[in-house]
Amino acid sequence: MNLRFPIHLALAALALAVATITPTVAADTPDPAADAKAFRDYFATKFPNVKLEDFANGPYAMDEDMRRQWEEKEQFAPYEFSLDMGKEMFAKPFKNGKSYADCFPNQGIGIRQNYPYFDAKEGKVITLELALNLCREANGEPPFSYVGDEMAALTAYMAFTSRDKLFNIEIPDDPRALEAYQNGKRYFYTRRGQLNFSCATCHVQNPGERLRAEILAPALGILNAMPIYRSEWGGMGTISRRLTTCNSQIRAVPLEPQADEYRDLEYYLSYVSNGLPISGPGSRP
Amino acid sequence: MNMTSHVVRLFSLGLVLMSATSAPAATSEADFSTAYAAAEAADKEAGRLRNQWTVTAEALADAKKAADKGDFDRAVASAKEAEALAKASIVQATSEKEAWKNLEIR
Repeated sequence: MNLRFPIHLALAALALAVATITPTVAADTPDPAADAKAFRDYFATKFPNVKLEDFANGPYAMDEDMRRQWEEKEQFAPYEFSLDMGKEMFAKPFKNGKSYADCFPNQGIGIRQNYPYFDAKEGKVITLELALNLCREANGEPPFSYVGDEMAALTAYMAFTSRDKLFNIEIPDDPRALEAYQNGKRYFYTRRGQLNFSCATCHVQNPGERLRAEILAPALGILNAMPIYRSEWGGMGTISRRLTTCNSQIRAVPLEPQADEYRDLEYYLSYVSNGLPISGPGSRP
Repeated sequence: MNMTSHVVRLFSLGLVLMSATSAPAATSEADFSTAYAAAEAADKEAGRLRNQWTVTAEALADAKKAADKGDFDRAVASAKEAEALAKASIVQATSEKEAWKNLEIR
């Protein structure tokens, strides 16, 4: 036997090792496009009678009776006061004479579908709520509470001007952007709180099911209708308010609004809903 | 069995029964401080892991309130409950570092 046999044996072993290791590496490497496709396919299979764009209407897409009530309610939508307030606030100049329009592309009209985005300069995800407060601070104005009525009103107006535009979230070729996306995905699937629930427990495993009097919304398109008027709250709620409330409901201490985790979560959830129309502001029971 | 050993055994049994039925030593402020510090440390660790539970905070508040009223039995019981809850939240955060992948849509 010459030296070839051991060399061949070693090469075969190496090839086998590589073949065994590669799938594991691939499984752990984020692939947002594949995730989004799997996400849409999952909900399309679970709800074969719901049109893709209708997932933006949450529970109304999966309960005929609720849908009829909602359509009637839309004639005098409960978010209209907030919408009017947001429009007025948006147009009112700051003390320095500038306005929100000066901070955003296209003067802030019809741009909701592009948020959140990854800011390469800041190295982090910028949500619409954060961008609004950054705009205020840059113009010498104090920031609004992320869970308050003013922020809800401003985002309601910006969503309204973007209705029917399709979510178009981009993940640039930047490892930090991919990391933010992956962090958001991890947060979405991680169980937390004494009830040991993840976001997916309600919005992936049980959409369309009842949780007491409510019908759980599907995760696909769940942010498209934000901000929302909730009858339960008796008022408007921002995305920050919704996320912190979700945490409290499962007995987890909410993080501070607009924490990295929440912004990354919004990035992930918005990305996997790419192609679905903005339907906000919305209303929910 | 002789008489002496029988008496000794009876006496020992009596002692065991007495110690089991007699009232435990009163819980002191020092016991509360120790239990509360342990619970706070565990909850702080849960906070470092970004995974505190609201019920832990409630149990800690209850412990403090009872201690302020001088009810150290209840204060220690609540502090121990808070510590157990905080430790459970740490276990959850630790196991979820990998377990979240099991829920992922693929």
